Amino acid sequence: MDLSAINPILLLASLMVAATPILLAAIGELVVERAGVLNLGVEGMMITGAVCGFIVTINAGSPLLGFAGAAIGGALLALVFGVLTQVLLSNQVATGLALTLFGLGFAALLGQGYIGIKAPVIPKWPVPVLSDIPVIGPILFNHDPVVYLGIAIIAGVWAFLRYSRAGLILRAVGENHDAAHALGYHVIRVRLLAIMFGGACAGLGGAYLSLVRVPQWTEGLTAGAGWIALAIVVFASWRPWRLLLGAYLFGGVTVLQLNLQAAGMAIPVAYLSMAPYLATILVLVMMRAGRAPGSLAQSFHASR
Amino acid sequence: MTTPLLRLRGLTKAYPGVVANQDVSFDIQPGEIHALLGENGAGKSTLVKTIYGLVKPDAGQMELQGAVFAPAEPRAARMAGVAMVFQHFSLFDAMNVAENIALGMENPPPQREIAARVRLVSDQYGLPLDPLRIVGELSAGERQRVEIVRCLLQDPKLLIMDEPTSVLTPQEVAILFETLRRLRAAGAAILYISHKLEEIRALCDAATVLRLGRVVGSCDPRTTSAREMAELMVGSSLHVPHKAARPEGEVILTLQGLSAKAPHRFGTALRDIDLTVRRGEILGIGGVAGNGQDELVAALSGEIRTRRDMVLFDGKSIGHLAPNARRRLGLLAAPEERMGHAAAPDMSLTENALLTAAARQDLTARGFVRWGKAREFAANVIAAFDVRTPGAGNTARSLSGGNLQKFVIGREIMQDPALLVVNQPTWGVDASAAAAIRQALLDLAAKGAAVICISQDLDELMEISDRFAALNAGRLSAPRPAQGLSVEQIGLMLGGAHDMEVAHVDA
Amino acid sequence: MIRLEKRTAPSRFWTYAAPLLAVVLTMVCGALLFAALGKDPFETIRTIFWDPLFSEFSWYYRPQLLIKAAPLVLIAIGLSFGFRAGVWNIGAEGQYILGAICGAAVGLAFYPTESPFIFPLMVMAGALGGWAWAMIPGFLRVRFGTNEILVSLMLVYVAQSLLASMALGALRNPDASGFPGSRNLARYPSATSWINESAGLHWGVVFALIAVIFAYITLSRHIFGFHVRLSGQSPRAARFAGVNPGLLVLICMAISGALAGLAGLFEVAGPSGLISIDFNAGYGFTAIIVAFLGRLHPVGILLAAGLMALTYIGGEIAQSNLRLPAAAIQVLQGMLLFFLLAVDVLTHYRIRLTARGVA
Repeated sequence: MDLSAINPILLLASLMVAATPILLAAIGELVVERAGVLNLGVEGMMITGAVCGFIVTINAGSPLLGFAGAAIGGALLALVFGVLTQVLLSNQVATGLALTLFGLGFAALLGQGYIGIKAPVIPKWPVPVLSDIPVIGPILFNHDPVVYLGIAIIAGVWAFLRYSRAGLILRAVGENHDAAHALGYHVIRVRLLAIMFGGACAGLGGAYLSLVRVPQWTEGLTAGAGWIALAIVVFASWRPWRLLLGAYLFGGVTVLQLNLQAAGMAIPVAYLSMAPYLATILVLVMMRAGRAPGSLAQSFHASR
Repeated sequence: MTTPLLRLRGLTKAYPGVVANQDVSFDIQPGEIHALLGENGAGKSTLVKTIYGLVKPDAGQMELQGAVFAPAEPRAARMAGVAMVFQHFSLFDAMNVAENIALGMENPPPQREIAARVRLVSDQYGLPLDPLRIVGELSAGERQRVEIVRCLLQDPKLLIMDEPTSVLTPQEVAILFETLRRLRAAGAAILYISHKLEEIRALCDAATVLRLGRVVGSCDPRTTSAREMAELMVGSSLHVPHKAARPEGEVILTLQGLSAKAPHRFGTALRDIDLTVRRGEILGIGGVAGNGQDELVAALSGEIRTRRDMVLFDGKSIGHLAPNARRRLGLLAAPEERMGHAAAPDMSLTENALLTAAARQDLTARGFVRWGKAREFAANVIAAFDVRTPGAGNTARSLSGGNLQKFVIGREIMQDPALLVVNQPTWGVDASAAAAIRQALLDLAAKGAAVICISQDLDELMEISDRFAALNAGRLSAPRPAQGLSVEQIGLMLGGAHDMEVAHVDA
Repeated sequence: MIRLEKRTAPSRFWTYAAPLLAVVLTMVCGALLFAALGKDPFETIRTIFWDPLFSEFSWYYRPQLLIKAAPLVLIAIGLSFGFRAGVWNIGAEGQYILGAICGAAVGLAFYPTESPFIFPLMVMAGALGGWAWAMIPGFLRVRFGTNEILVSLMLVYVAQSLLASMALGALRNPDASGFPGSRNLARYPSATSWINESAGLHWGVVFALIAVIFAYITLSRHIFGFHVRLSGQSPRAARFAGVNPGLLVLICMAISGALAGLAGLFEVAGPSGLISIDFNAGYGFTAIIVAFLGRLHPVGILLAAGLMALTYIGGEIAQSNLRLPAAAIQVLQGMLLFFLLAVDVLTHYRIRLTARGVA
């Protein structure tokens, strides 16, 4: 084994890349849960986004369009969930699971002709000046644009929830949907929008996997990333900046595990590849979750 | 006569199986406190929701200051100058006061400005409120202040108040009335919904009485007696429970320094409660909601376990026992929330009978349910307590509040308890069912059982209790004989006006 | 405008009719999907839903149905207890894998001894393996308030890694010169779960039927079943009725884990025969669909598992005869669950058409 082969700067830089898909999916789910909806279908939306993004990129030749397609695909699938749970009042847990099962199958069906094709390389966008700083530069400021986009979305969601009127209404709907309804807010409309935002973010996260991380299309390539995103939302106590921390923690474990594999660590590969999942469980146990939004996972039906 | 502020003409709203409002017409004048009187289920809530834009009437129209008024949603009603304080507060526990207030306003200013205006209005009307506190941590009286200030910030022409005093101590009621009178003096009208007649006589200038969705009369409450209004409301003379003299029995329950942590973030901790209850007596426990009532019932029923010697029942330490072990000893309870706590809404009455009666009524054999016997027991409860339902196979949800409460109380009484603990036994129950329930509790005590009745309705407690104690912030006052207690004394036992003095110092 | 009105009691008619409607809607939409894939929709639907039962080769397909349905029934029955009580064990797939690994390990440890005690020991080990794996999320929920959905799911991925390392390491067949995978237990008389292979009958089928009867009696006649239902509908009322919520979570997890473990053991000792990297075929996830499709009712689950087995077998026929992609069947199953959840609204709500803009 040769631990010296692991370069700490590269490790930290790739940590940010490894965290990005989960971070994107998790920030979407955070908004959904703050609106009082539990969508367990993140995995299904992610993989749908992954395949949509890949197909559009290959056919249109533009990763930008690909990411847009992934967001739209994820949002449309999320809309199915939204209609079922918000309009037809189905159980959110069951519907979320159904979404995942359906999404996995649907993505596999769409992606049939695309197995084995390589995605075009997405160029890095080094931030001028900042990326030249030693150590910090290559870690933080020498990435592809989606990494920055992920952080920007976190900042945006944080500001939205904290300072905007719409964010206040969204939190109100998630906290107590009956009271929000009594004050005249459109609970279902707010929730549908949140669900679609969540789907779009999950789609982006999925596309980042198929276009940047892997980068090709294989069945089941999300490998539980959606579920880990869900766990990170709980870990973050529904707060955006803590979510960033959670995603980087997880990204760190994943990257370290891969590096150890590459360095020929004595532990068998199978055990190393368990590490991210075990770490997630450990984090879930150790972090006492904060208070969940008051109406989380409850169906809303305006009676009388 | 001037144009009325709000004119209602022929408002009708039907739900499947129920006509909530039928041809309701009356006027509210500017600068008037107008009482809307009626029993539970008389259609008061539907009517005010119509005015507030939450319900669209099937027929009829409204005029506000002479112009047609048909708010499509609460926002439109608020824009037109109608504000409402809800009975079950429309507040968001995890948010602070300023955020809660912003949510009830159209085009609210930034948070800092709201905070400043909250301070201004609360000074002006004597309603101290800290805009940065988290609402979930406020007392019921303070929560109501949040709702009121939210309305006042919009300079409403008409303020609707739905049963505002049910959660207040007498002192807090006095403060509220002062606020409302100031508001009236400033020219606003108030639609005041209540079934507490003495309050209405003290406060209101006009009254409209609803019964079964129709207007059955109107009167000037300043000159009409409470009895006359009550008969208008109920439509017949009321049965007054009969309280027999009872000999004092032996001690059945002793609490020694009963303490328990708050079961959840917005719950109340019980602190060092000492109490002795004797067979044959009814102990009334008053208190404003959220002062430890639920927790005390849970500590007695066994849902909250404590140190074993904190609760002595019939001489035995039972603080560590689970609910069913306590039931076997004869300690039964009926919690406040009927739907989802005392009863499972989507289960049949037979299943709901099994819910608490399995142990004492021998409804299981080696773990297997004897459904025939359970059905029989449920049918007995239904018959004995006059529960109006087609049969024991119907779900709890299908029963009206009063009928379900009769079933829940009856289910415990039919199990022949040595001590029965009830929490808010007549909350949201129509007058005749309430009278029946109170009579049943009195009869139970007359047979030699002890009863602990926790309630926010002081009239009810004075009517049936032998002794009275008050819960305040998880502490229980020393019980005093109920006879001869004055309203002021009770108010002080309940803790006076919560936090008012303290807050004034801040301001 | 359409309005929903809550019924005071669930509609009896729709309780039974809704799943049928969902199946019909799935067939219609499935046909559209197949048409979009360039297949003859009618022929495809017939191949999937009719041929396994009534075609000239049905003598071959019918036993296959039993083989596919048995693990689904076992797992779904176990899950139904938890789902009714609000305990969301989503990781049955992992418990299934662990049951197979543990059971197979016991069997392989005795190889090549022949004894009537080996198979019962394997059954116990399988149940224990699934049980232990389910106890992890159960215990963590009770002790730390950890979300059991996420933990049980993470453990599926852990179990898959474990499976891979077992197939390549500890349990690898030493005589198979480098091939990954264990010895074939189906060819080891003391360890096989087959009773009659050509009829598709193995001990899993027997246990599945026993589980259905056991679940039916428990849920309808026993106070424990009552407490399970009560806890799911009104957790506070359950506590008031004397249910210990933590214990109930553990029991529900234990039942579902043990049954999933058993399903894994019967599978590895029979139809699959050996521990391999891709031993698990998603039964643990499909069983979730089965449990909901059967409305968490034991008899319903039996019928739903039959239907699901039909789509599996029919799907395989369609795959080989009509070159239908395997993923299309997964989509079909997902659609079935969607429609089922959607039509459920009819059971609990009345749909009303109201004129818009009154007043």
